[in-house]
Amino acid sequence: MSAAAVGLEDAEVARERPAGPWLQLWRRLRRKRIAMIGLAVVLLIYLMGITAQWTAPYSYREQNLERGLEGPSADHFLGTDRLGRDMLSRVMYSARTTVIITITVIVTGGMVIGPTLGLVSGYRGGWVDGVIGRVGDIFIALPGLPMLILINASLAPRVIEATGWLEDNSPLSGLVANGVPSYLTVFGALSLFFWVGSMRIIRAQTLQIRERDFVLAAQAMGATTSHVIWRHLLPNVSFLLILGASTALGAVAGSELFLTWFGVGIQPPAPSFGAMIFEAGSVRTFQASPHLLLVPSFFVVSLLFAFALFGDALNDAVRAR
Amino acid sequence: MAGYIIRRLLWLPVVLFVVSFATFSIARFGPGDPVSVAAGQYRDAEVLERVRAERGLDGSIFEQYGRWLFGDLYPGGSGGGSIRGDFGESFIQRGFTVNELIRKRMLISAQLGFLALVVVFGTGIPLGLLAARFSGSWIDPFVISSLLFLTALPVLVIIPPMLWLFALQFDILPAGGWGGDGLAGIFDVWWVGGVIAVPIPDPHLYMPVFVLSIGGIAGVARLVRITALEVLTEDYVRTARAKGITEAAVALRHVLPNSLLPVVTVIGFALVGILEGAFFTETLLGIPGIGRFSIEAVQSRDYDVILAITVIIATAFLIANLVIEISYTFIDPRVRLGEAVNA
Repeated sequence: MSAAAVGLEDAEVARERPAGPWLQLWRRLRRKRIAMIGLAVVLLIYLMGITAQWTAPYSYREQNLERGLEGPSADHFLGTDRLGRDMLSRVMYSARTTVIITITVIVTGGMVIGPTLGLVSGYRGGWVDGVIGRVGDIFIALPGLPMLILINASLAPRVIEATGWLEDNSPLSGLVANGVPSYLTVFGALSLFFWVGSMRIIRAQTLQIRERDFVLAAQAMGATTSHVIWRHLLPNVSFLLILGASTALGAVAGSELFLTWFGVGIQPPAPSFGAMIFEAGSVRTFQASPHLLLVPSFFVVSLLFAFALFGDALNDAVRAR
Repeated sequence: MAGYIIRRLLWLPVVLFVVSFATFSIARFGPGDPVSVAAGQYRDAEVLERVRAERGLDGSIFEQYGRWLFGDLYPGGSGGGSIRGDFGESFIQRGFTVNELIRKRMLISAQLGFLALVVVFGTGIPLGLLAARFSGSWIDPFVISSLLFLTALPVLVIIPPMLWLFALQFDILPAGGWGGDGLAGIFDVWWVGGVIAVPIPDPHLYMPVFVLSIGGIAGVARLVRITALEVLTEDYVRTARAKGITEAAVALRHVLPNSLLPVVTVIGFALVGILEGAFFTETLLGIPGIGRFSIEAVQSRDYDVILAITVIIATAFLIANLVIEISYTFIDPRVRLGEAVNA
């Protein structure tokens, strides 16, 4: 507890300064080998995606029709797809797509919108709480996947228009050609749905914390609402925030697959795991050239499994406090 | 408590109203309204106008919504209106009412969902108890991480290899589809010696039910494990042991019932998960259920079907959520609903 830590500092304790809560959490996690393996796999795949531009041996759209559907070889480490594109490079660029989508959705929906609404809702209570809670109900009640497909299909042309307008009226160029609108659409549609979960978790925790003495003391001293929320409530729900983000990351990465698979996510030729799996998805294709499905699946499953293992260990570590 | 439930129930129609209007607007906002989609290449402005008027798709969005919601109670509308449970005629499949289209498919999805639910709890609970019983040995982490691994497998990734293995290589399961019509597809009966009837699930069910249940099994098993481990440290378990009751009796009389209580609360979540899973599973395996139908409806912009499914699913989710919340109070009387903490 940060409040407790502050108290100890103020009292003249002769011992060395106690480890902060984050350091304690990290030490607890360090002891779990599975958590560390999960974290390493996640970091590895994210690093692969972030550096794809500089480290990928080929471009994701470089075709070589004479060498389509080849297995692994010296110059194509993981083989080639139907159009002779290098599978390794496609995987690396797909990881980049996953990095972009997961980070943007989690940062906006999971770590800014959701927690802010949760803190305000829990702390203020009354009609504010009622309105935020009921809006959350509406989003929970909508059937996720068909809604996402519908929203993406409806918004995509308008986002392309808007991006084109931006290109015409600003020094930016090549946005539409690089498939930026489809990233924006996927990001927008997903963050629309991914704030409710973190909002509810943070709200529940806030309801408990707001009754604690240190909050009452701050209120008695005339602290403003925003001061209490920022300095007293936020530090105490930050663990939950990280925990929620780690569980949602896997869900967001999975949603990209499904949206792209249904043709409303990342648009080809932009690379993504969903597109790769979709191209390889029929049984006959799998029978003829299994590497088309196995290569992207390996990375996707490793990533999702690593998220699950790390999230599970993080859950234990946070609750063990 | 009763007041809280009544308040929530009164809130239900309001949420449904907003949900249906939101869906209605998104569908209208999209590229190509349903009439021009249905018209295809024949884009005669006059015909389009006439069809729009016929289908009640002319006028402002509020007028259209009014006709959809109130049917013949609204000027220019027809039929009972969605408010009375009549979702009108399908836009793409002419001559069929939305209700009959949905009813048939819902029956199929309900069978799959029910079987998946049985499998989820039937295997999740024993696996969770097993993991808790062998906590500290290699079995516990092994069971839990295998289950986590299974949940990390996206449906899109496992179905092609499964189809290849079971349908093409070994030819022991059908490659998707639904045997028979409606209920008929569910059981085959195997006569042992012509006397004893052993019901065998239709082989068409194995793959979808497996795929639908893996996520839930992991969730239930982990929950049961955690609660069982907590129950084992409770005072009443120590007391029971101190009285000299055998370990088996302690497990059966004290640990088991108390670890199973929280499981009741996740039935709602499991149902939601199965429903979400049905969208891909049914689409990929060619099962004519509600999940596949809703994806088809979205893709062909079959308005009235989309709206009807959204409203039905939203109602189901809202009721499930309410039941989950209420069930908490029965299981843990300390939980009080709808009361401010410092009131």
